[in-house]
Amino acid sequence: MSAIASGVFASSAMPDTAGHFGPYGGRYVPETLVHPLQQLEDEYFRAQKDPAFQRELDYYLREFVGRPTPLYFAERLTRDLGGAKIYLKREDLLHTGAHKINNAMGQILLARRMGKTRIIAETGAGQHGVATATAAAMFGLECVIYMGAVDCERQSLNVYRMKMLGATVVPVHAGQKTLKEAVNEAMRDWVTNVRTTHYILGTAYGAHPYPVMVRNFHRVIGDEARRQILEQEERLPDLLIACVGGGSNAIGLFYPFLNDASVKMLGVEAGGEGILPEKHAARFQGGSLGVLQGTRSYILQDEFGQIQLTHSVSAGLDYAAVGPEHAWLKDQNRVEYGYATDTEALEAFTRLARLEGIIPALESAHAVAAVIQRAPQLPSDHLIIVNLSGRGDKDVMQAATKLGLTMPV
Amino acid sequence: MNRIVKRFADLKTSGRKGLIIYIGAGDPNLEATRQLALAFDKAGVDVLELGVPFSDPLADGLVNQLAAQRGLESGTTTPGVLATVESIRRESQIPIVLYLYYNLLHRMGVDQFIEKAAAAGVDGILVLDLPPEESDQYGQWMTRAGLCAIWLVAPTTPEDRIALITRRAQGFIYYVSREGVTGMQSRVSETIGLMTARIRAHTVIPIAVGFGISNAEQARTVAASAEAIVVGSAVVNRIAKLGKSAELVPQVSSFVRELSQAIKA
Repeated sequence: MSAIASGVFASSAMPDTAGHFGPYGGRYVPETLVHPLQQLEDEYFRAQKDPAFQRELDYYLREFVGRPTPLYFAERLTRDLGGAKIYLKREDLLHTGAHKINNAMGQILLARRMGKTRIIAETGAGQHGVATATAAAMFGLECVIYMGAVDCERQSLNVYRMKMLGATVVPVHAGQKTLKEAVNEAMRDWVTNVRTTHYILGTAYGAHPYPVMVRNFHRVIGDEARRQILEQEERLPDLLIACVGGGSNAIGLFYPFLNDASVKMLGVEAGGEGILPEKHAARFQGGSLGVLQGTRSYILQDEFGQIQLTHSVSAGLDYAAVGPEHAWLKDQNRVEYGYATDTEALEAFTRLARLEGIIPALESAHAVAAVIQRAPQLPSDHLIIVNLSGRGDKDVMQAATKLGLTMPV
Repeated sequence: MNRIVKRFADLKTSGRKGLIIYIGAGDPNLEATRQLALAFDKAGVDVLELGVPFSDPLADGLVNQLAAQRGLESGTTTPGVLATVESIRRESQIPIVLYLYYNLLHRMGVDQFIEKAAAAGVDGILVLDLPPEESDQYGQWMTRAGLCAIWLVAPTTPEDRIALITRRAQGFIYYVSREGVTGMQSRVSETIGLMTARIRAHTVIPIAVGFGISNAEQARTVAASAEAIVVGSAVVNRIAKLGKSAELVPQVSSFVRELSQAIKA
């Protein structure tokens, strides 16, 4: 009997003690990193049970990061689409402009507990890099951010922000010069400097304990949303929608609802220019089981196991692999995974701006694109929560070019 | 008897140190790889480590990353590397270890990959990103195929893991002499002797030390505290400079011979 049919999804049982989500996850790393990951795991689980750590994290999330974020009824978007009632979880209102800071704050406190003096991170769209640079600046820690050279170009605002915050930004020129290569380079740094350095991995991906740890630092999104919708509507939502790159904002929203069998969930991957080799980053559409960057999951690869090129208008979703817990949730039919193309995401970007006065990140615009598709087909008493994972300031220049906007003369 | 095991037994009998040379397969192409292997056999190399090119070599420094890139650009595939091993075997019994990332085996089916490698004449496999904890069946399949599963020990490996790894080790233990990615160093780590002594407390299997050895003098120093040394990037770097030139095989083998003489004299 499937978990869904039984009505209860045993979310608390995942992952197992070695970080496996069924056949996914685990710890596939060079020997040098095995023991440091074990130490990180031990320290993380100690901190998780330590009320003092939780108090400190709660304090910074409330006073510095700006939690809780509103669950906002998108009235005009709802009316425009003419179907289900749409709520936006406003992670875009957090300090630094995206959900990424939930995890960066949690991990920086952990790094301090472990006595690490140097912080490194990878970043795609730059939101995780900015969040990490911010947390490092706050605590006066040295910070190095690895970012693909292509991403540096298309998200240059975030590069400047990181530099303002005192971080060193290292552009990565290998391969396709995007997120995957940035992760490789961050791993190389970590292998070399592991005694002094903590690697703040930015998504629910990588070797154990990262997927479970990052999920837990982001579950505050779903915990709040659950409380808020019960307050506002006095019932649970029918559908949750979030974009999925590595999958951190999606798992953060979904996780606290996994045992609520009536709540359906939709993860939206980057369809790029369509589901053709090297034209997209929809791992559940064109991917297969593989092992990349520390974990076992769905990845985009060729017949020999070489990792394929990806494409998305959104740097944060432009990645060849997906978090192992998402692979597991897909297998269990607990979460449905679809995709939005570049064009659909850009349309959603503009539509949300015009209708609601909110410019979403291009990543989050993929989730908005999915709600534009789904909401009209659903009855008006249906409730949808869309995770608006980030704001779109960083994407304005790129979108303006694509949309043909010009300066008034 | 497995060629690696036999070679180390012979070295022990003769009281000599072993020389393990790493190159990226298919750099600049697989025919060059074949010729280098045959020349290395004559130049005193005890084990050839063939890196199978992978798109995302996250444990490798720039020199080996670029070699993997050249390998992929020359059209090298994993089956192509196995076919090259097969053709080397027609002329040479040099022990061969494949050095690769797990996804390449995983994609082919790990058990099938191991069988094919054994059939091609491979003697051992070192999977960079497969720790013993994730590898129960891998070990069994390797044993069944008569291949040595080569495991790494790093400076960060604690005592209990040294015990775990040495219990599984076959052929030789590869001690990564410093934290970091592969690459050349102007100084080799000074803690090597301490660490090899700690490993030796757990096992009689030979220890090979690598990561960072770039010249004959360093080779001699390191060889004093191990049964064998591994030289990779320093060789790969020479291959990179010579590329498809006619001087490739003679010059690289002459460097390798120098290393061999330094540790075997």
